[in-house]
Amino acid sequence: MIWAGVLVASASCYALKLAGLSLPARVLQDARVQRTVPLVPVALLAALVATQTFATGQHLVLDVRAAALGVAVVAVLFRAPFLVVVGAAAATAALLRLL
Amino acid sequence: MDSRRISTRAQRGAVRDALGIAIASGAYAVSFGAISTAAGLSLLQTCALSVLMFTGASQFALVGIVGAGGSVWAGAATAALLGSRNALYGLRLSSILDRSGLRRLLAAHFVIDETTAMAIARESPAESRFAFWATGVALFFFWNLGTLIGAIATHLVPDPKVLGLDAAPPAAFLALLAPRLRAREAMAIALAAGVVALACLPFVPAGIPLLIVAVLVALFGVLRSRT
Repeated sequence: MIWAGVLVASASCYALKLAGLSLPARVLQDARVQRTVPLVPVALLAALVATQTFATGQHLVLDVRAAALGVAVVAVLFRAPFLVVVGAAAATAALLRLL
Repeated sequence: MDSRRISTRAQRGAVRDALGIAIASGAYAVSFGAISTAAGLSLLQTCALSVLMFTGASQFALVGIVGAGGSVWAGAATAALLGSRNALYGLRLSSILDRSGLRRLLAAHFVIDETTAMAIARESPAESRFAFWATGVALFFFWNLGTLIGAIATHLVPDPKVLGLDAAPPAAFLALLAPRLRAREAMAIALAAGVVALACLPFVPAGIPLLIVAVLVALFGVLRSRT
C-alpha cells in the first residue's frame, strides 16, 4: 500500500514538472494560475506545521513537540541552516522527555 | 561569439555554486532519510522517494503524513499539490532548455526550487543551461547520498522517539515555509491555514485537513485574481 502511494505520488510530481516544460505557455501564464499556485505551498506547509505539532491522530494535544517547534522558530529567526533547525527541534524533544 | 558556448570561468563558477547548494541539500536529505525511516517507511521506499520524486517538500509531506497516522493517499495527494509549483518553474525554464527529445524528459526530473534559482540567475541562456544541469546532477547525487545515510543511521536506532525524531517533521516544514513568508499576505495565509487545519482535524481522518486547506487556498487564489 505504501509502495503504491510512493509510486503514484512520484509519477504525479514528475508529470507536473514535465507539464511546466511542455504545456503551451499561455496555460500557465493565466493570471489565476500564476497567483494561486505560489500560495499552495505556503498554506500546506503551514497546515503541516500546525497538525504535526499540535495533534496526535485526530486529537489536539500539547506536548514536548510544541517546545521543539518554539526552538525551531528561534533557529529560523536566526537564519540557521536547515539541518540545525531540524536537529535543534529533535534535541529539544529528546531532552525534555529525559527530564 | 557562439551563444551556445560559455567561458571556462563561468563554468567553474557555476560548478562551484552547484556543489555548494548540493552539499547543503545533502545534509538536509540526511534529515529526510531519518524522518522517513522513523515514520515507518522501509529503506528502499525512502530511497525510492528521493530517486523518483526528487522534490524535497513533497517528500517530507508524504512521510510526515504517513508518520502521523494518515493514509498514504492523503500523503500522496498533498505531495502532488506541493509539487504544483514545479510546473511554474518549468514554464520559466522552458525557454532555456531544449523543447523536445529525450533530454527534455530527463531535464524535467531536475525542475525544482534549487535548479530554477541557479539557472535564472545567469547572464546568457547558455550559462543558464549549464548552471541548470550542473546543479541538477550535483544535487541529485548528494540528495540521494544524504537520504541513504539518514535512513541507514535511523535503522540502527531501536526507538526514533528517544532521539526526538517525531518532533523533527514540523521543524522541517517550518524551515521550508520560512523563506516563503516575506510578504504580509503569505503570513496571513499561513496563519489561517494552520488554524483551519487544526479546527477540522478532530472531525476528519488524518491527512484530510491538508486537502481541505488546499481547496480553500485554491478558491481564495482564483477568486482574488478576478478582482
